[in-house]
Amino acid sequence: MATAVFEGPEGLTGGKENPATPDAVVVRFAGDSGDGMQLTGGQFTLSTALAGNDLATFPDFPAEIRAPQGTLFGVSAFQINFGSTDIETAGDQPDVLIAMNPAALKVNLDALKPGGLIIADSGEFNKRNLEKAKYTVNPLEDGSLHKWQLMGFDISALTLEAVKPFGLGNKEALRCKNMWTLGLALWMFDRERGPLIDWLRTKFAKNSTLADANIAALNAGHAYGETAELSGPLRQVHIAAVASEPGLYRTVTGAESISYGLVAGAQLAELPLFFGGYPITPASSILHNLVKLKEFGVTTFQAEDEIAAIASAIGASYAGHLGVTSSSGPGIALKTEAIGLAVMTELPLVIVNSQRGGPSTGLPTKTEQSDLYQAVYGRNGDTPLPVISARSPSDAFDCAIEACRLATQYMTPVMLLTDGYIANAAEPWKVPDPATYLPFPATFLEEPNGPDGTLLPFARNERGARPWIKAGTPGLMHRIGGIEKNPTTGAIDYSPASHQTMTDLRRAKIDGIAKNIPQQDVALGETSGKLVLVGWGSTFGPIHQAVRRARRRGLDVSHVHVRYIWPMPENLGDLLRGYDRVLVPEMNTGQFKTVLRDQFLINARPLNKTSGQPFTIAEIEAAIEEILAA
Amino acid sequence: MNDLTPIKTTLKDWETDQEVRWCPGCGDYAILKAVQRTLPDLGADPSKTVFVSGIGCSSRFPYYIESYGFHTIHGRAPAFATGIKLANPELDVWLITGDGDGLSIGGNHLMHILRRNVNTQILLFNNEIYGLTKGQFSPTSREGTFSPTSPMGSVDRPASPCAFALGAGGRFIARSYDVSKDLGQVIKAAHAHQGAAFVEIFQNCIVYNKDRFDDFIAKPVADMNQVWARNGEPLLFGKGTKGIALDTETLTLKVVDVVDGDWQGAGVIVHNVTNRAVAHMLVEMPFGPFPMALGVIYDDPRPTYEGALLGQDQKARAGKSADLAKLLAKGQTWTVPG
Repeated sequence: MATAVFEGPEGLTGGKENPATPDAVVVRFAGDSGDGMQLTGGQFTLSTALAGNDLATFPDFPAEIRAPQGTLFGVSAFQINFGSTDIETAGDQPDVLIAMNPAALKVNLDALKPGGLIIADSGEFNKRNLEKAKYTVNPLEDGSLHKWQLMGFDISALTLEAVKPFGLGNKEALRCKNMWTLGLALWMFDRERGPLIDWLRTKFAKNSTLADANIAALNAGHAYGETAELSGPLRQVHIAAVASEPGLYRTVTGAESISYGLVAGAQLAELPLFFGGYPITPASSILHNLVKLKEFGVTTFQAEDEIAAIASAIGASYAGHLGVTSSSGPGIALKTEAIGLAVMTELPLVIVNSQRGGPSTGLPTKTEQSDLYQAVYGRNGDTPLPVISARSPSDAFDCAIEACRLATQYMTPVMLLTDGYIANAAEPWKVPDPATYLPFPATFLEEPNGPDGTLLPFARNERGARPWIKAGTPGLMHRIGGIEKNPTTGAIDYSPASHQTMTDLRRAKIDGIAKNIPQQDVALGETSGKLVLVGWGSTFGPIHQAVRRARRRGLDVSHVHVRYIWPMPENLGDLLRGYDRVLVPEMNTGQFKTVLRDQFLINARPLNKTSGQPFTIAEIEAAIEEILAA
Repeated sequence: MNDLTPIKTTLKDWETDQEVRWCPGCGDYAILKAVQRTLPDLGADPSKTVFVSGIGCSSRFPYYIESYGFHTIHGRAPAFATGIKLANPELDVWLITGDGDGLSIGGNHLMHILRRNVNTQILLFNNEIYGLTKGQFSPTSREGTFSPTSPMGSVDRPASPCAFALGAGGRFIARSYDVSKDLGQVIKAAHAHQGAAFVEIFQNCIVYNKDRFDDFIAKPVADMNQVWARNGEPLLFGKGTKGIALDTETLTLKVVDVVDGDWQGAGVIVHNVTNRAVAHMLVEMPFGPFPMALGVIYDDPRPTYEGALLGQDQKARAGKSADLAKLLAKGQTWTVPG
């Protein structure tokens, strides 16, 4: 659906006589990293969800925790796209920009849609802050913002006034600014304040003064909207609830859904879950979530480094738990040698990679899809392992379950790729019923499996998987390790024949997974035609919307979105050969494109972006037009 | 170690069918035999025993013990062992490492398993050289060691494994050597200790660092150059003619002569395995002016890591059910009517 709906007078700032009922609105909250914009955005998201709108969010914050106040690099933003139709992206261009200081205005202004609404805290547009944002004149006063509708008012002063009765210090009082702003936003979009007030009461349960002050600020912002409507151009907009499948819904971020998916996967495998992790952005939130889920048989271990995190998980798998570790690119690089050991010893393991911008430390808080080579090819030796990718926060739940299934059914490490965008972004989620998932109970060898009571730890089943022998099982003592082994006995053996055979067996096992995964479907469009856009991971939203828009205009274009990066679905090559052209949009310099060419010898063309920001729909739409016009 | 029902085994039960591939004359053979001989005395159950190792000559050890064995990657054995222990604290886990594996590439992990106090036995075979990679100097090689990577003699100052382990917060520190008749006793004490038990075992690398430890192991000098720490006994050596005493002026150790067996008169220290300060001094005594301190130098248990962590888990689980459907439906939800 369209993301930008407000244009000039018909939009948000039109007359009272024309109540606006757009399909969707994009709002961006921007302020100092200490202004609480992520919190404001998060709570606005909840209220949006409770109002029954579909939504997608894009939190975009600096790597510094408390960057110097008022600086351009310290700006933190939270964008939300919500509407009465299906929302698939956080929106290309905001309709409304709420700027809490000059720096926030400057950094985010370019994104704002022409004719869009700027709400600025004029109280922060003082000489010092203007200088920090490198403004020589106050943009609220020099007419430079004439392309947009501007509403500047002193949110700081209004907040101080509202919380005065509670006797807070100036600093604490100003901290309530974000709730004032949220109150205004709630009024603008006709939202209930009740759930927010409940939330503030819980959050500040130990300090009722702070709770009261924040609630007063929230109410004051809301009341200000009503007054401003009476006296000025601002007015209320109502977005109808989306027509969704009936059922129970909640919002979920990727970090949450992956954690839940891992717990569900372990339950379906009937195994305790062991999670070894080390703090790294943006993957840490999975550890934060899992540590609270101990009653689900979860053991978490914060290790001394990334290597110890994965090593402990492999150790736990060896002792019969489902070992899981997670990280981001640089941490995955450190884990690489241990991943090789898990491949070599054929132990189940799930590795979650929340990709971020690279190389090296790169862009810790920004998103990218540039670890695909690392996942597919990035190990010493011929070391194949399955790689799957999640397309959205809600899809990450199913992907985490699938990773657990493949790891335990095939006795292999599995890499699950998500990214910073999926980890942090929230979307409505129809709460799944765990009972509808097919269990895949893990089995352990309990008796010798060879002739005359001998033990063959590397004998293989019909899937090519070796038996899982839990350390501690009576009578099944055996040794495993990273050295090449005899295909029959599993004893150390680096003879030429053994290495050839074992290399082939390890590869065949992973290749065989293709027989046990769904055939590739077409997300939108036909199974053949002039053009197909092939995506993977979090680019699903913009690709899908761009293809939908292009198809509405009669263009022959389809969307295929691949979950199974390695091995690929058996029909994928034939499917892609059915289109005249193949375009692969991805947030890297063309990694999946290369793998597709390598596997299928097709002329896959790249569409790349590595700015740390997700694709916009318009960018992909433009590429579709260009390629079909050629 | 764990309180498992003692199992009756013999040395033979702990031997595997694998051909041992160390160089003839390697000190590892003696250590292997000592461990295989000691395990039956401990009543150890092969099914509940796990040997975990890193990379290097010593790390081949698990292949030769008839128990569970995991030959992992260079330096990381402590992290694998921690995962094994957390997944199943009933397992009796032994770590086999070397001076390069444990103190160079794996120094970080060794530090953390010791400070956390994961209930394992850590046997560090110290041969002061990289053997499997053909003789480069190691983090414990003495200054001036000639090797393929230090043709003019190494300039690195050596690390002291026991001082490192104590500094990392280790609660059991012992030292012995490959052919010592007392090695089994030291291993037994390590096994009896609840928590991470660190044992440095001097080991002769017959090919690249031959007889490196003869200055205190060789028969003619052994008496004068070894002082064995035994809890409750005076720190005597040289057939009782010498002892270790505290110089109360400098607060350092000194060697004193013991005349006619009057060690008390000479001020010889009675070894107390719970005295951490003396343990530090004993493992740091410079060899030459002092003998080599051997035996159980420090043994003062405190609660184990897995006990604390899993105890917390148990507490967190108490009274809660693992209802996934309920978990998924938690938080602020809304219903779209059908």
